[in-house]
Amino acid sequence: MHRTLVLLLIAFLAGPVVAEDPLRVAVASNFSRTFEQLAVRFSEETGIVVDSATGSTGKLYAQIVNGAPFDVFLAADADRPALLEASGKAVPGSRFTYATGRLVLWSRDADDCVEALHASKWVALANPDTAPYGRAARDFLQHANHWQDVSGRVAYAENVMQVLQFAASGNAGVGFVAESLLNSPYAPTGSCTWHVPPETHSPLEQQAVLLTSNGEDERAIRLFEFLQSDAAISIISKNGYGESR
Amino acid sequence: MSLYGPLWLSAQLAFVTMVVLILIGTPLAWWLSQTSSRWKPVAQAVVAMPIVLPPTVLGFYLLILLGPDGTVGRWWVELTGSTLTFSFTGLVIASCIYSLPFAVQPIQNSFEALPRQTLERAWTLGASRLDAFFSVAVPLSFRGFVSGMVLAFAHTLGEFGVVLMVGGNIPGETRVVSIAIYDHVESLNYAAAHRMSLLLLGFAFAVLLGMYIFNRKWSTR
Repeated sequence: MHRTLVLLLIAFLAGPVVAEDPLRVAVASNFSRTFEQLAVRFSEETGIVVDSATGSTGKLYAQIVNGAPFDVFLAADADRPALLEASGKAVPGSRFTYATGRLVLWSRDADDCVEALHASKWVALANPDTAPYGRAARDFLQHANHWQDVSGRVAYAENVMQVLQFAASGNAGVGFVAESLLNSPYAPTGSCTWHVPPETHSPLEQQAVLLTSNGEDERAIRLFEFLQSDAAISIISKNGYGESR
Repeated sequence: MSLYGPLWLSAQLAFVTMVVLILIGTPLAWWLSQTSSRWKPVAQAVVAMPIVLPPTVLGFYLLILLGPDGTVGRWWVELTGSTLTFSFTGLVIASCIYSLPFAVQPIQNSFEALPRQTLERAWTLGASRLDAFFSVAVPLSFRGFVSGMVLAFAHTLGEFGVVLMVGGNIPGETRVVSIAIYDHVESLNYAAAHRMSLLLLGFAFAVLLGMYIFNRKWSTR
């Protein structure tokens, strides 16, 4: 009896037996579904096991700075990867844009999304101070001279996923979301979607960096090469992102 | 974003919630303490649920219930023309549900600890039920009221998940201190996050310390 308990305890403490440590990737939440598809393809091609953790870029950044053992960071912006590079937490020169986000205006009930911007009681956008898509949405509203009209009716969401949740539950008449979200199998059906012209807002460049936490991992470099391959680019653009560069 | 705006808003929210909860919670606690109805366990379970449920569950249901398609939300829109979600009033409703057990349970416990004879004596001396309640039961349960008020206030001050889900982060309306701290951390403004967090830390400690000192003094008398 005692021996069984001790053995069980050891088994739990030792954790699952893995042949090799997986490659640990921190993925910005808007890209998580796309990355799942990419990871499957990557593992098929190379046999490398990938483990991903998703979260907001800000939270993942804070975790990395405080020693989280990730090998690769796929952020939702270019700022956080640049900061990591500058502080020596990322490999210099490894930074590149793996995807460019597309901003979309979405509504559940309105026939015309742009009109709904003026008619709705609430317009949902991600917090411009913390979320890149929120900043882009504000850029557009200012650029199109809508900000004065809209700013008093803005409900700020934590991220684009919550924007969609506000709009899909009818709490906000219209919201600024990422096109990639609307490709999800759980995406609600909208009555209109309107693509915000990309020249009206700061670019939604999503950058990747190689992290130095575990030393430079050969497998991470192969993932980087894969992300820039034609196969990966086609998966990325199918999921509602613009060309990577 | 100013330092005191969100802090002040949180204090207002906590105060209003506390007042509403004492008004609603006192009769509820009294009924719970006196009843022998077979529905009592059900009512107790309902009151205690916010302790167990994650704020995401409350936030999710409130977003739907208070939204313009929800029963309560639709009625409110018809009545006032404005929505409950993304508003201070909505947060008060959410906080009252969220902090309900923290106000009701201490008051109920004090009511239950009242000696039955004390009330009966008041009744036989000709006091009406209401009179006996206010001039005997309430003063004798003073400690429970103080605990209930302090806990309802403090728990609302620390509210985060529910507000995040139904608040909409609107400055001066729903951007409470916990949300502001979260935003500061997310945007890497650690200096501002530290200032607000430290203020809140000190405040929470002071409030709880005050309550425990009060409790000790009261019980040794």
